[in-house]
Amino acid sequence: MSALQTVKFYQTGTFTVGNRLLAPEDRSVQANMQRTNSLNSGHRACQGCGEALGARYAIDAAMNATNRQLIAANATGCLEVFSTPYPETSWQIPWIHSLFGNTAAVATGIAAAIKVKKQKGHGQDVRVVAQGGDGGTTDIGFGCLSGMFERNDDVLYICYDNGGYMNTGVQRSSATPSAARTATTMPLGPEPGNPFGQGKFVPAIAMAHEIPYVATATVADLRDLENKVTKAMGIRGARYIHILVPCPLGWGTASQDTIKMARLAKETGIFPVFEAEYGELKSALAIRRPLPVEDYLKPQKRFAHLFGKNPAVDTIARIQAQADKNIRRYGLLAKEAV
Amino acid sequence: MLKQCEGSHAVAEAVALCRPEVICAYPISPQTHIVEGIGEMVKSGELKDCEFINVESEFAAMSVAIGSSATGARTYTATASQGLLYMVEAVYNASGLGLPIVMTVANRAIGAPINIWNDHSDSLSQRDCGWIQLFAETNQEALDLHIQAFKLAEELSLPVMVCMDGFILTHAYERVDMPTQEQVDAFLPPYEPRQVLDVNEPVSIGAMVGPEAFMEVRYLAHAKQMQALELIPQLAQEFKAVFGRESGGLVRTYRAEDAETIVIAMGSVLGTIKDTVDEMREAGHRIGVLGITSFRPFPLAEVASALKNCKRFLVLEKSLAVGIGGIVATNVRMAVTGMGLKGYTVVAGLGGRAITMKSLTGLFEKAGRDELEPVTFLDLDWKVVNKQLEREREKRRTGPAAEAMLRDVGAVAARNY
Repeated sequence: MSALQTVKFYQTGTFTVGNRLLAPEDRSVQANMQRTNSLNSGHRACQGCGEALGARYAIDAAMNATNRQLIAANATGCLEVFSTPYPETSWQIPWIHSLFGNTAAVATGIAAAIKVKKQKGHGQDVRVVAQGGDGGTTDIGFGCLSGMFERNDDVLYICYDNGGYMNTGVQRSSATPSAARTATTMPLGPEPGNPFGQGKFVPAIAMAHEIPYVATATVADLRDLENKVTKAMGIRGARYIHILVPCPLGWGTASQDTIKMARLAKETGIFPVFEAEYGELKSALAIRRPLPVEDYLKPQKRFAHLFGKNPAVDTIARIQAQADKNIRRYGLLAKEAV
Repeated sequence: MLKQCEGSHAVAEAVALCRPEVICAYPISPQTHIVEGIGEMVKSGELKDCEFINVESEFAAMSVAIGSSATGARTYTATASQGLLYMVEAVYNASGLGLPIVMTVANRAIGAPINIWNDHSDSLSQRDCGWIQLFAETNQEALDLHIQAFKLAEELSLPVMVCMDGFILTHAYERVDMPTQEQVDAFLPPYEPRQVLDVNEPVSIGAMVGPEAFMEVRYLAHAKQMQALELIPQLAQEFKAVFGRESGGLVRTYRAEDAETIVIAMGSVLGTIKDTVDEMREAGHRIGVLGITSFRPFPLAEVASALKNCKRFLVLEKSLAVGIGGIVATNVRMAVTGMGLKGYTVVAGLGGRAITMKSLTGLFEKAGRDELEPVTFLDLDWKVVNKQLEREREKRRTGPAAEAMLRDVGAVAARNY
C-alpha cells in the first residue's frame, strides 16, 4: 500500500500504543508499526474525543483483518466533519460520505458493487464498513440500518455512541440517557433533563434482527474493541458494533477522563459490554468491581442538576434501576457472566 | 427485433441490454413492472453479473445506488411520484457527487390528494436537482433513451432521469424495435468512472466544502449540463448510426416550419397533439408542434430557434407551478425573451385527467384567435371549484376539501350525499 504512510512511534517507552512486552501475535493492532493509521493524525476532533479514538482502533483493526481491503462509508456528523476539512483528509482508505441518514444503504451499494466486480473476475475481495454517530444510527439512519440488517447485507456497521447530537451543539438523540442535560433537554421543570422513556438500545434491536454478529464495546477496553472488530470482519453478512465513546464537550467531562468515563459506564452497568450471535447473547465483559451509578454520573456536568444541595435521590435511583436491569439482563456480574 | 410488449417490459429489456451491475428499487405504481421485469431477469440468470437489491424505501434505493455507483458499478433504479419525493435528499446528493446513475421516473401525480395517475409533477419538482431529465414520447423512445442515458450519464459523470408517462406509456402494449446485445455493446462502452472507491488508490469522496469553493463546485454542475446540450444531439446522431432510427435529441418539431401557432409539450401527449394538428392543418390552420425531449438541460437556443417564425406559442403541460401557473411555460418564456411572441400556458391532464382531441381542437382554435387567457386549466370543472369556494366563504369548518369536492362530483360511493 504505497498510498499509506508508515507509522512512526514517537512515544517510545510508554504504553500509549499497546503492550510491546507481549508476544508479537498477542500485540494489539495499534502496537504494530505496520498499523495503517486509517484515520490519520491532524484531524480536527476535540481534545479527548472518544469517537476519534474509537474510530482509529476500529478501522485499523478492520484494515488489519481484511489485509487492507476495506472501504468505509461515513454518516454526517462529528467524525465526518472533523476528519475531512478538505483539502485535508485524515482518511488513508477509500472513504465516502453521502448523507446523515443513509450510510447503511450506501454501504449496501458498495458491497453489491464489490460482489459484482468480483464475480466478473476483475475485483478483489474488498470489505465494507459503515460508520456513524448515535444520531445517524439510532435516529435518522435507523430505517436504512434496519433494512441492511434484514437483508443480511455484507456490511459491518459501527455506531460511535456519545449520547447526543454533539456536532450540532449537544441536542438530544434517542441514545441520550435519561435525565441528561442537552441543549434540547434542559434541566428545567418537574422532570429536569432528558425524560425517562422506554429507551432505544440499538444493539438489542440489532439482535432482534438475528444478524450473525452484534457486539458492544467502549474505548476503555480497546483490546476488546479490536478483537470484536477483527471477529466481525471474519464473518459474512450484516454485523453491528456499538461503541460507547465519551464526549468531553457534550458530557461536560475533562478531556483526560474520556477512558475513565467509558470504564465507569461499563463498571456501573450503565453500558453493558457483550457479544451476540444470530440473536443470542454469547458473552459479556464482567464488571470487575461493581460501582454505584453516582460514580459515573457525578463527574459529568450533564448530570450536575441531580446533585448539589438537594440531590435528586429518586432520579438517581431510577438510573440505578436501569443499570441493575442491564446487569441482570446481560449477566454482567462476574459470577453470573455468560 | 420487432415485438409487441408493455412499455415497462421494453424498458426492463433495454436496461438489461445495457449490462447494469447493481439495480435497487422500491415498489411504487406505475414503476413496478419495470423493476419486476429486471428482477426476474436477474433471478433467472438471464441478466448475469448484476445484483438486484430489494430496499426498504426510495431513500435507501437512491442511497444504495450512490454507494454502488461510487464503487464503479453501472447502477440503475426506477421510481415515481411520492417515491421520487421520498428520495429527494439522496437525489441531490447523487448529482452533487457526480455519480452517473440512471433512473426511470414513471411520471405520476404527487399527493395530497393521493393519486396514482399520470402527470409530470414529480420529475418537474426536481428540475433544479442537477439531474438530466429526458422525456420519452413513445415506448420506443423510452427504450432508446435508456440506452442513450447510460452513455450520456457516464460521459458527463452526471445522473440521468428518463421520464416516461405513468400508465400511458409504462402500461401500454405497443410495437417496439428491441435492439440486439451486439448493437447496444457497439454503442455503449463499459463504464469507466472518473472517481471510484478503490483500495489501490484511496480517495475521500463527499468532503465538506465551505464558501471558498462551493460556488465553483456548483457552477461545474451547471457547466456539465451545458456540455450535455452539445452531447445529447451528438449521442442521438451516434444512436441513429448504430440503431437506424431517430430517438432522443433536445427538441423535435412537427409541421412547424410555416406555423403561426406552435404547441409545445413533453411526453406522450405529443401524439394526441400531433393528431389534432394534422386535423387542423387539413382545415387550413397554420399550426405546428415543438416537443421537448431534454427538459434539463433546457435547450433555450433550440426552443427560440423553433419559435422564431411563429406568431404565438402555447405550452401545454402536465404540471402546475402553484401560485404562478406553468413550469415548462416559465422555461419556454425565458427562451423567447425579447422575441415579442404571444404565449399561453395551458395546464392539462393533472392526475391523469384525459386530454382529448376534442378539447385540444377547441383550445388551439381559441389560441389561434388570441382569445385564450394567459393561464388556462384545460377541462376544469368550474362548477365543482366554485361550489367549494362558496362553501368556504359561508362556513368555517368545511372539512377536508378534496373529499367535499369528490362528493360534489359524485363519482364514487358518496352519491347519496
